[in-house]
Amino acid sequence: MSGVQDVAVADSYSGGSHLLQPGVLDTSHGVVLYLEDVTVTFDGFRALNKLSLSIDVGELRCIIGPNGAGKTTMMDVITGKTRPDSGKVFFGQTMDLTRMREPQIAQAGIGRKFQKPTVFEQHTVYENLELALKTDKGIWHSLFGKLTPGERERIDSLLETVKLTDLAQTQSGLLSHGQKQWLEIGMLLAQEPKLLMLDEPVAGMTDQETERTAELLNSLAGQHSIMVVEHDMDFVNSIARKVTVLHEGSVLAEGSMDKVQNDERVIEVYLGR
Amino acid sequence: MAETQVLTQPWRQPLLLRLLQGGSGKAYGVALLLVCVVVPVLNLLVPSGSVFHLSNYMVMLVGKILCYAMLALAMDLIWGYTGILSLGHGVFFALGGYAFGMYLMRQIGHDGVYHSDLPDFMVFLNWQDYPWYWKGTGSFLYALFLAVAAPGLLALVFGWFAFRSRIKGVYFSIITQAMTFAFMLLFFRNETGFGGNNGFTDFKRVLGIAITTPEMRMALFVLTGLTLLAMLAMAQYIVKSKFGRVLTAIRDAESRVMFSGYNPLHYKLAIWTLSAVMCGIAGALYVPQVGIINPGEMSPANSIEIAIWTAIGGRGTLLGPLLGAGIVNGAKSWFTQSFPEYWLYFLGLLFVLVTLYLPNGVLGLIRKAKGAKS
Repeated sequence: MSGVQDVAVADSYSGGSHLLQPGVLDTSHGVVLYLEDVTVTFDGFRALNKLSLSIDVGELRCIIGPNGAGKTTMMDVITGKTRPDSGKVFFGQTMDLTRMREPQIAQAGIGRKFQKPTVFEQHTVYENLELALKTDKGIWHSLFGKLTPGERERIDSLLETVKLTDLAQTQSGLLSHGQKQWLEIGMLLAQEPKLLMLDEPVAGMTDQETERTAELLNSLAGQHSIMVVEHDMDFVNSIARKVTVLHEGSVLAEGSMDKVQNDERVIEVYLGR
Repeated sequence: MAETQVLTQPWRQPLLLRLLQGGSGKAYGVALLLVCVVVPVLNLLVPSGSVFHLSNYMVMLVGKILCYAMLALAMDLIWGYTGILSLGHGVFFALGGYAFGMYLMRQIGHDGVYHSDLPDFMVFLNWQDYPWYWKGTGSFLYALFLAVAAPGLLALVFGWFAFRSRIKGVYFSIITQAMTFAFMLLFFRNETGFGGNNGFTDFKRVLGIAITTPEMRMALFVLTGLTLLAMLAMAQYIVKSKFGRVLTAIRDAESRVMFSGYNPLHYKLAIWTLSAVMCGIAGALYVPQVGIINPGEMSPANSIEIAIWTAIGGRGTLLGPLLGAGIVNGAKSWFTQSFPEYWLYFLGLLFVLVTLYLPNGVLGLIRKAKGAKS
């Protein structure tokens, strides 16, 4: 049923000069994520209020805002966990995220890291990455498929990226908080996402771990589009190129860190406190 | 280092090697020998006066417990590995039993009390012909198919609605209890056409051979043993495959599984249906050995007992549930002879103790003791 609708939606937006391929991310206009006038209400409370936002390919964007500004709800809408009451949410030019289910969205190329680190605690670090790896996620492949040499290489290089090579065979429940966060980032990367969404990646980390995380994200920017929701202003300062400030469910200010920090409305609702 | 790599990445090896790994090949061999040679010899060839003779009663008892072990294994796949507690597995077991029971009823032929074409209970109801759902049950193969298909189909439909609505935890457990209770009430009715509260009994033959001959009893026992071993090998393959790792991942962090691009619905439905089918097969093997099936098998307490066996043996391990089914049912047959009125108290106490002090069951205790020694 949803497939039919997808085609219908895709049709109504075609007419451009390029060929339309269903299920393939089309970023021909340089935009990877596009939200327009998105509204979500919970029992009369407007968690998102005509929120509009767009993220470019390869961008590293930080989203800040006080508690209740709608940051988590926004992520829920993008990943399909919450359906908006109104508004458009597009991934690339053609994929209407409001009509897709969570696994479909994940397969289309949006990876999400939760605030609380969620890894598979009973599995080893290696197995965690194996499970996350971009491949056929169906039952038959899981039952009878085997890791190809290419896939094993990919896991090894991911272990390298998140600096967990020595702990590959450790049960992930035994990792430190920071290591779990990196493993989870590694699992997101394993999915080869076009857009990475990180919810407070350095919450609860030591200064040293925070520094290493900033390093990691800086090294990933450019290859991936990344969206970071964060409270830690020092951390935001160390990675941000462009910052969006949310307040009461819509965008209050947007721009470079300097510009945002000097915006009077922002100081009033957030930074000044 | 190279050695640990091999040990911790078993999926690199071919299936057969994987199954035989870690000494389990030897264990399978011993179990096969026990089932196919030792028990038949001790029962059929050793004269009944000898101390080594295994009585028919013991063979029946062990055969029954092997069927229970299949239930515990099926429960473990869905509860221990996937984290979904079913308190309605008794219904799948009973459906398998009833499906094969229909064949056994038709094998009675004209030897019933009324010497009619129809089973006695249908004569009693004044029915002139078999109802439509009895069609074809005179065929052995069709009855076997039905013993798999009926529980499988029920599980598929029930599971699809439950998992699609994302019903989880105690809510799922409660509706499975309600399901088995509803089926029990349905089967208690005489008009349902399954013999009402008496169910099916007084079986005479299987495949035309008298069911009471020692050879037939032994054939059923060996078949049961082999089926359990096959199920164990299958379960071992499943939990060691990536499919098994996805199941455990669903148990531990379902949302992460979903955001990793897996559809948990498909995985849950597959293992749930497989688990139900295993119960159906166990039921089909149980009924000819025990000689009776009635709606009591669908009582909520029976389904809860399956979960207790699994918990006592050790959830999330392969041997634990087999051990649990053996220990509890062995104790039960002794207890219900010696102090019948205290059995339920004892079972309850055992469950409480295991939950409080042995989260990994008896098998966890054994492994701990082994680890402490070495």
